[in-house]
Amino acid sequence: MNALANIKTIAKRELNAYFSSPLAYVFIVIFLLLCGFFTFMVGSRMGAFFAHGQASLDTFFIWQPWFYLFLVPAVGMRLWAEERRVGTLELLLTMPVTSWQAIAGKFIASWVFLGLALLLTFPLVITVNYLGSPDNGVILCGYAGSWLMAGAYLAVSCITSAMTRAQVVSFIISLVLCLFLLLAGFSPVINFLSSWASPGFVNAVASCSVITHFLNFQKGILDARDVIFFLSLIVFSLFTTAVILRGHRK
Amino acid sequence: MIEVEGLTKRFGNKRAVDDVSFTVARGEVLGFLGPNGAGKSTTMRVITGFLPPTEGRVRVGGHDVVESPIPARRLIGYLPENAPAYTDMTVLGFLNFAAEIRGLRRQAKTSAIERAVGLCFLEPVLHQSVETLSKGYRHRTCFAQAIIHDPLVLVLDEPTDGLDPNQKHEVRNLISRMGRSKAIIFSTHILEEVDAVCTRAIIIDRGKIVANGTPAELRRKSPAAGAVTLRVKGAANVVSAGLSEIPLVARVTVLEQSGESVTVRAFPRPGAVDGQLAGAIGALARRWQIEQLQTEEGRLDEVFRGLTMSDTAGGGNVQ
Repeated sequence: MNALANIKTIAKRELNAYFSSPLAYVFIVIFLLLCGFFTFMVGSRMGAFFAHGQASLDTFFIWQPWFYLFLVPAVGMRLWAEERRVGTLELLLTMPVTSWQAIAGKFIASWVFLGLALLLTFPLVITVNYLGSPDNGVILCGYAGSWLMAGAYLAVSCITSAMTRAQVVSFIISLVLCLFLLLAGFSPVINFLSSWASPGFVNAVASCSVITHFLNFQKGILDARDVIFFLSLIVFSLFTTAVILRGHRK
Repeated sequence: MIEVEGLTKRFGNKRAVDDVSFTVARGEVLGFLGPNGAGKSTTMRVITGFLPPTEGRVRVGGHDVVESPIPARRLIGYLPENAPAYTDMTVLGFLNFAAEIRGLRRQAKTSAIERAVGLCFLEPVLHQSVETLSKGYRHRTCFAQAIIHDPLVLVLDEPTDGLDPNQKHEVRNLISRMGRSKAIIFSTHILEEVDAVCTRAIIIDRGKIVANGTPAELRRKSPAAGAVTLRVKGAANVVSAGLSEIPLVARVTVLEQSGESVTVRAFPRPGAVDGQLAGAIGALARRWQIEQLQTEEGRLDEVFRGLTMSDTAGGGNVQ
């Protein structure tokens, strides 16, 4: 009970911090513009969404792993780097909270923020429903997968943010790490690997990728294995964050 | 309330704190003195649980800071060095956060914030962003955060650093007022603060405690402590020869000769009782015209320099 109250207090502070700086608004506007533009305009000559001839949000979800690659590290980079730079880390970690509560509170705040940005894409859902009759279950499943994937990227950004007091360094390193998570399942990479590696190895690499697991969500398949993949990536990354934070205080 | 036992903290090969032991009881204000890099901040960081000790143990209110950190931290209010605060919040928002994380809610929270704001004179900046505060206000904001839950133990790392003389005076008054009911440990470079505020002082140098006592006790360690300074009309050689004949006097040095007056200092032999020497000198000096006669209490800065420079050749970086 006490732990939950602490997590809530920390998360509330963190969420307020996003909205008291321009970062939150810049992020949301850019995210929505990118989503709108890529969904309707990029793809085949006529614009993928319309050329598709289907009332679905496939062309929306397919770009999400790539948007997140740039946008999520930007949201996560300040989480710990800023605390260390300003010196408030010492304040936070000498308050009667465990480092787990602090890590969870900060992560949840950023994840909620990303969820909020994602929810603001609701006009797309209204549009496809107006134009046709899409399977809203599939769309809901896609949104759930997208949020989980954002959480996984974010947890990776937590690690890199805890490693440094320079936000830019955190941004670049987490971008590279997330790029790996992404490319491991990107079909050109898979094709290249399968030309010389054994199928078992290719599968192992592909199963590390967020794309592979996100694909099922896009299709409307809610598989426990995919959910577990994202959740375990989050837990593992937050655990690593805890180890790094402890390392600073050795 | 604070018990430090054989505390050692190593960073790599460097011993930042080396076998330090002391206690602070309720009602005590302990001044922590030492040159930069002596281990003051490190010791405080171990007490507040930010850094784990390499060896030894620290207990706050009976709770070991490593084994049961949360109950220990509940008792502590901490003002870290440079007074960090969340720059993206308003002063009120920051104090609100500090109160909530200390488990204060509703009425208790409101009155705790009011109390801290009043004590730290923060009303004029309550709705201002921490980022735009002057250094003095930012410092007091962080101070307010430390006392918001009315803690039994206060750990203050250079609480008057960067404040103007009036603010320094206020903070000192605040510390000595709160010191009656709390256990307070604070570090400082400013020796006059020790006299003004502390019931006890510790001097630490290169990780080791080199002196521990009341300010008066520390002053007595000064080489000039107990000596008698005398200013009379007369010639230097006559006066010092006269004083040297007193059996209690070990040696006499001439401090200053200006015009007809001479200032000399007579050091007592070991074992001389306070006041005895001044009496004997006063009796003898009546034959000259006495302008000034005083027993030296000793000076903290002399003690400080003597203890912390003794084996740094030159002691260049001592402040």
